[in-house]
Formats: sequence, structure tokens, C-alpha cells
Amino acid sequence: MFELNSVPKAKENYKATQNACKLCSPLGASVAFKGFKGCVPLIHGSQGCATYIRRYLISHYKEPIDIASSNFTEDATIFGGDENFKMAVLNIINQYKPEIIGIASTCLSETIGDDVSLFVHHFLDKHPDVKTDFVMASTPSYQGTHIDGFHEAVSSVVKRYAQKGLSQDHVNLFPGFVSTEDLRLLKEIMADFSLEHIMMPDYSESLDNPVWDTYHRIPEGGTAKEDVVKSGSAKASIEFGTILNKGKLSGRVKSNKLSRTGAQFLKNEMDVPLVNMPMPIGITQTDAFFEELKTLSGNDIPEKYTKQRGRLIDAYVDAHKYTFGKRAVVYGEEDFVVAMAAFLDEIGIELALVATGGESGMLEAEIKKYCPENKDKVVVREGYDFESIREWSLENKPDILIGHSKGYYIARELNIPIVRVGFPVHDRVGGQRIKHLGYSGTQELFDKVVNALIEQKQSNSPVGYKYM
Amino acid sequence: MPNKKDYTNGLPDPSQLKEEMLAKYPRKVAKKRSKAMVINDPEQNQEIAANIRTIPGIITQRGCTYAGCKGVVLGPTRDIINLVHGPIGCSFYAWLTRRNQTRVPEGGDNFIPYSFSTDMQDENIVFGGEKKLKEAIREAFEIFNPSSIGIFSTCPVGLIGDDVHSVARDMKAELGINIFGFSCEGYRGVSQSAGHHIANNGVFKNVVGNNDRPRKGKFQVNLLGEYNIGGDAFEIEALFEEVGVELLSTFSGNSTIESMEYSHTADLNMVMCHRSINYIAEMMEEKYGIPWFKVNFIGAESTAKSLRKMADYFGDKELSAKVEEVIAREMLKVKAVADVVKPKTEGKLAMMFVGGSRAHHYQDLFTELGVKTVSAGYEFAHRDDYEGREVIPSIKIDADTRNIEDLVVEKDENLFRDDLVEKKAKLEESGYEFKDYKGMMPDMQKNSLVIDDVNHWETEKLIEFYKPDVFCAGIKEKYVVQKYGVPLKQLHSYDYGGPYAAFGGAINFYNEMERMLGTKIWKLVDAPWKLEPEIVGSVTVDA
Repeated sequence: MFELNSVPKAKENYKATQNACKLCSPLGASVAFKGFKGCVPLIHGSQGCATYIRRYLISHYKEPIDIASSNFTEDATIFGGDENFKMAVLNIINQYKPEIIGIASTCLSETIGDDVSLFVHHFLDKHPDVKTDFVMASTPSYQGTHIDGFHEAVSSVVKRYAQKGLSQDHVNLFPGFVSTEDLRLLKEIMADFSLEHIMMPDYSESLDNPVWDTYHRIPEGGTAKEDVVKSGSAKASIEFGTILNKGKLSGRVKSNKLSRTGAQFLKNEMDVPLVNMPMPIGITQTDAFFEELKTLSGNDIPEKYTKQRGRLIDAYVDAHKYTFGKRAVVYGEEDFVVAMAAFLDEIGIELALVATGGESGMLEAEIKKYCPENKDKVVVREGYDFESIREWSLENKPDILIGHSKGYYIARELNIPIVRVGFPVHDRVGGQRIKHLGYSGTQELFDKVVNALIEQKQSNSPVGYKYM
Repeated sequence: MPNKKDYTNGLPDPSQLKEEMLAKYPRKVAKKRSKAMVINDPEQNQEIAANIRTIPGIITQRGCTYAGCKGVVLGPTRDIINLVHGPIGCSFYAWLTRRNQTRVPEGGDNFIPYSFSTDMQDENIVFGGEKKLKEAIREAFEIFNPSSIGIFSTCPVGLIGDDVHSVARDMKAELGINIFGFSCEGYRGVSQSAGHHIANNGVFKNVVGNNDRPRKGKFQVNLLGEYNIGGDAFEIEALFEEVGVELLSTFSGNSTIESMEYSHTADLNMVMCHRSINYIAEMMEEKYGIPWFKVNFIGAESTAKSLRKMADYFGDKELSAKVEEVIAREMLKVKAVADVVKPKTEGKLAMMFVGGSRAHHYQDLFTELGVKTVSAGYEFAHRDDYEGREVIPSIKIDADTRNIEDLVVEKDENLFRDDLVEKKAKLEESGYEFKDYKGMMPDMQKNSLVIDDVNHWETEKLIEFYKPDVFCAGIKEKYVVQKYGVPLKQLHSYDYGGPYAAFGGAINFYNEMERMLGTKIWKLVDAPWKLEPEIVGSVTVDA
């Protein structure tokens, strides 16, 4: 039914994008806002943005996700969205009594030049008794990808609340766009190190709820604003991701002297030391993370984790013959593919192609830095879409695809396995619960990758061996 | 699972529920929403407020104009490259999300699995995106060699003044294929409905009538407003084929632009989804004299009725006999399943809030299972879809509707079918009805609650009040409703199931409802160590 047309002529530097490998900025902002307690996201634009983004997030998280819209019509577009904005805010407050309304702008509101902070002032002048806070993220989708929106929203919350104070014992954790299971794992790790932490954002509960006997209009969970206030007096910030929103097409802030992320803001403005590292996937990167926790907490690495690490290495040893020399295509968000590639590099998988829809200009250098085994042969592509990935794959015949659901059609056409990781995973259950980080997350990834390769071999073997 | 109510003596009066729902709104909003909620009385001519602007800040399920134009109407057509002009999000979100299926003949084009975007960046917004659009069109032409390309404008395009129509004209001249643009920026209308209208206009202007293909069948028809979600159109197509009716084109499930080009040579248009496609039916009648009537292939009885109506139109004995033969054969199969399922579903309660016709059509399927529809509404329909087409002259044309071009259609002197006009007049004399959509409300029970553009807050109150056994909507509502312990059936994407159309589809749906309504999963919700019996099974809402 979905047979594809024959391979298009190879052509680099397409102008148009065919089957994009990135999503738009307000989506990332909405996810990040969901990670703060009592926050309702409001997308300031036409209603399709909120509807599409909800539709998309819900297909991955399989949870109620309320995102409000200011529902622009033609006259709002011509005369400005002030009236719609005020009405939207009033209705959100009446229905949800939120602590925070997290506002993400859109290409529509940014193009007409709506000044949302002015609208907020107007609104508060008229309604002085309103207790809800407003946080604004500028997220036109013609600037960067959903990852830029994500970091923009997190940093806008930090800038709004953080207060400078004497350095205390707690640490800030900026995990980046990871799964709800990853967030839960990080919390567990921090607790095991007896490290008090503030995670920004924390949507581990709000985007992955248990069944309820009381309906929660705003799901429980999320980092409280009172905690964000304290982020300014933390002992240190750990920030996952080395590319973040630093890229040349990312955001309006072009000067590297200005803070782009929450962690950088805390460093620059409040002297909170910043430890920046790739997401901890694979032994090497997880070791680095645990070393850091050891230093920050003054505690030894709990035995639980040394054992996890030991088991993981044991598994690496046992299964290296299935992974060694296999050629993988890895795609997705930049920081995520860096970490994923670093892990694959470690288990002897050849990085045939590492691709992203982002255009930071930094990916190749980062990949080479964190993938010592592959650094001379890896092909790294920024601004790539799935048709480019497909075309490349048809020509170069990789053994496995590693990335989110959107690459499935390529794996199907090539009859090779795909290991679903990252976001979005909407053709499987449990996409939100995939664990990627730490020794235990790496263990799960490793088993999945190896088993996918074994299954491929087994299915295509004339014998169908029942033992490996 | 909420406790079940006994509605054997008719539905309860939901006046108090309505008041409760409205109490949360600011006064002006309450006044507006009040008009969009009707406590149904099929004996009365009641008026509902529909197709009016969504209230900002209320979580609507509605989409935008672009979604209706690209996603709904043109999305399912396989041989056109749908190029989205704008930043990346809009194209990405409409990429295969509606599960339209299509059957590609050997060597035929199929661009449905692709999402094309000009992926506008900062500099395109500042300096204009026409140049990039032209390059993207050239590129698409060079790589895929399509016979037509549609350009879909997203929000910023109208604002920065890119003229997609003039680009389309230029590129059409340059490349020699059919290229046309749609001004379907998301903010243009109150919902996706505006996008349907824009798509209808564009297809009628640029596609319909391009090919006066000679007749191929004795009875030539088009099916309008069937989008082949989950393979629905395949079921219907098989019936037409078996009874010997030539289906020229479907708008737009399992369709091609090529087939739409000669769709004006049909003898009859049958309209499934009245909301999204009635414009083309009307315009084809004005220009070519092709009559249309409403059909419904959702539900076994409705399918039989629609097939009979089609046979009666042609007045051909052989055709009628064949239709009766197929109905008799299929109804036996349907009945065999219904006999097993109905005793288990009888008396259960359903609600449905979806689309511009599905909330009506699916009531037929539920009726066949003895399931009562206690509340229903559309997302983006107009008053005529609720109250019937006779109210059309009394619908106020507001600024949002005036935004959308109303095409002036003139009679095509060469191709106009006087014979069909005559046939229609004759049939009408004998009581046969054309343009006959009576709307949803007359078909619903007294005291059922009809709500247009239902939102999250109202959905929650509805579930508390009615405690339905099944709630039909889409993925956006799915997990909200299921958190209440009520199963939700997706009627946009069918939860990856289907087809549900025609006889085979009805059987699928019965089986699905047997499973869904009989599921025991909710019994596990309360853990055994939870001893407070008054809490078990109750559902409340905080603040």
C-alpha cells in the first residue's frame, strides 16, 4: 500500500525538505513546560498549532496533554492577538487555576510581531488579583527545531524564577529532551547518591501518569517554581548535551556571550558552576556522569551501579561478536545522536551515517570527539531529511537503523531491523518508557540492538537456529 | 468503571448538567457556549450555534484551515505532490497521520508516504519565500516527475505576502504540468471546515473537467466525501463493482487527480461526508447538471438503504435485482454476527464527538447493536449538518465565512446533462429526494445532548453525568477519557483497525465493540488492598 517510488536521483543540497527529520519549535517548548508543576502551556497562534502538537505528543506519550491556544482568526492576524490572548488566559485560569501559564509563540504571532509581554502587562493591569505566573518562550518554527523550543522554554522558566544565593548543597540537573523513564532513572540515581537535586524540566509524572481515580485537570508532577527559585543557589548544574541550542540557525541570540540555556544563565548570572556533558549513554559517558556525581556528593558510587556497570560490560563481552563491524544509521536530535553514536562506537558498531534535521554546524565535530573508533570513517549529515537518509541507505546498505518511528519505512524497504529510540515512537506501545540513560538504560539499549541483529539473522537463515 | 444508569424509560433531562458546564465560564463565554448545546427534541425545529469561532483558551479538538485543506481533502489523493509552503511543523504533523489507504496500480505514482515542505527559515520570512518555493517545485518535478503539484500555504505565507497562486501559474507554464495553489493559512477560518471549502474550490477550478473521457460504464457515479480511513473505500468500491456500477472517482479516498479530471462525466454524485464536500457536489450540479444525494455506508442497514437508493435512481431492473441479491447475501452474514454481539451490547450507552458527519453516521452502527447514543456533536460542522439542509438560507454569513471565496459557477453549455435534470425532476415527482441531508438532530432521541465543538471541560462533565460505556472521538481525547475508566474508540483513525464501512465493515465494528464493551480491564484498576468501597469505581475531578 505504501510502496515508494523508485529511488530518486542522488542529489545533494535539496532546497525542499522531504519527510523531515525534525519537528517544530513550539512542540519542544510544550514538552518542557509540561515539566514544571502546575504549568499549562499556551501556544500563541492559530489553533492548528496546538491541535497538531497535542495530537503528535499524545501519540507518543499516550496521556492527556492539554495545551491551550489563543485561536487566531483573520482579524487577530491583522489587528494583533491581544484580545485573543487575554481571553485565552482568562479561560485557562478559570478552568485550570494553573500556577504558571507557559506561553510559546508561533511563526504566526512572531511574524506579525505580537509583543506577548506587553499583553501580559495589560492583562495583569486589568486583573490584579490573578495569582498565575506567566513565562514566555519565543519559539517561531522558522528558527531551529523542536530542541531549540525545548531549551528556550526551560531557560525562560529559569530566567523567570532563579534567585542568586549562597551556594548550598543541592545540584541542578538539566537532562535535555529524554524519556519519562530516563527522568525517573535520573531521580533514582540522584537519590542513591544522597544528592538533593532540582531537575529542569521534570515531566516524568506529568507525561506518564498512572491510572487515576480522581481526574487531574493538571497532571501531578513537575518541578515546582519554588525549587526553580533555588536553582540560583545550587552547588553546580549538570547539563546534558553539548550542542544544545548553540547552533547557527538556533534562536535569535547569536552572541555566544549571552546565555542560551538555563544552565548557562545560572553560570553567567548567578555563578553556579556548570558541568556540561553528553547524555550518559554507553559506559564512557555514564562513567563521566557518575564521576561527576561522586565528586559533587562526596559519596562513593553505590554498589548497585558498579554492579550494573559490571553486568553491562559482561554483556558487551558476551555479545560483541553480533555487533562488531555492523553498520548503523543513527538519526534524530543532535545531542541525542551524539550520545547514541558514542554508545554504538563503544560496542564496535560502525557508524555508517549519523544524520539530523538540525543545523547547528557542530554535529560532525562532536561525533568525532565522542566516537574515537569511528571518527575517520563516519559520515555526518546535518539538515538531513528522511528522503536523504533513505537515498543514502539504499546506496550504502546499512545493517540497522537506530532512531525514532519515522525511519521505519526505510527499514521496511531495506528489510533491515530498526531499533526505536528517542522521540517520536508512535508505532509501538511504551515509547515514552524507553530507557536510554545510565548503565541500566544502556543495558536495555544494548540488548535491543543485539537482539534486533540476531533476529534479523535468524529470520533470514534457512535453518532458523534456536540457539545463538 | 462508573456505575451504570438505567435509561430504559428514555434519556434523563440534562438541563442541570448543561448549567453546571456553563457555570465555569465567564458570562460572555457561557452565553456563547449555551447556544452550542441543545437538549434535543426531534419534534421541534431547534437551532444550534455551529461553525462559530472557537473560544481562545478552551482546549478545542478543532484543527486549522490548512489541516482541512491539505490533511483531509487533498491528503488521500496519491498522484499529486502536496507541497507545504511554510516552516517545517505543519508538513511534519500532517505526514500520514490520517491513515488514508490507497491502492497503487503497477507503475502508478504514490506520493502519500511523503511529506514535502519548503521548510522556511528566518531569511525566507524576512526576504520572502517565493524563490525557495519555485526551487522546491522544480526539484519535486525533477525528482518525481508528477502530473500535478498542489501548494499549501501555512500561516506566515499570507502574512509575508508570498503569492502562491502566481508562483503556481509561472511554474505551470515553465514545467507544463498542472500546478495550483491553496490559500489555506491556518487562521483563515474557524476550523478545518474552511480548509475543506478552499480545497473544494481549488479542485473544482483546477482539476474537475480537465478530461472529457468517453463513457466506460452503463452507470457512472462519483462518491464524494469518503476518505478511505482504514480501507473503508475498498469495501464500498467492491460493492459498486459487484453490482455493476462504474465508480469514476472518489473525493478523495483511494483516488487520483487523474480520475477527478473526468469525474464530471458521471451520472450521479453520492455524498458521504456532507460537510467536507457538498460544495463540489453543488458546483458539479450547477455546471454539469449532475444531481446529488446523501448516502451513508456506515452501518449495514444504511448501506442497504444507500445501495437501494442508487439503484432506484438508475431505474434499471437488472441493477436493482443485483443490488437486492448482494444485500440479501451480505445481510445474512451481518445478522449472524449481530445475533452473537447484540445481546452483549444491548442497552449500553455511547457518546460521539467527531468530525462533520461521523458523529451522525456511527449512530446507525450503534443502533444496530442496541447501543443508545446519549450525547453527540461535531467538531467543525455547520448548522445544516445538525438541523438539515433546509436551514441553509437562514444561516447568517459571518466575516469568517465571507473570507472564503464562493465560486461563481456557470453552466457548461456543451457538457450540461439536460437528461439528468429531466430524470431528477421526474424522480422528485414520485417523492424521491435529492440534496437531502436532514442532519443529525432529527435522528437523535429526545433529551439527548447535542454539543458543537465540545472541549475538555465539557467532556469531563459529560462523562461524570452519563457514565457512558464507550466514548467515540480521536486520539487527542483518547487518554483523557480512558483515565476516567471509559474506553474510547477512535473514529478518526479507527485505532489502527477498520474498515468499518459497508457490510464487511459493520461486522468488523460489531466484533470490535463486543471486545471493547466487554473488556474486564477496568476491574483491575482498584487494587485489592484498597478497602474503601465508596471510592471503588467512582470518578471525581479535582478543582
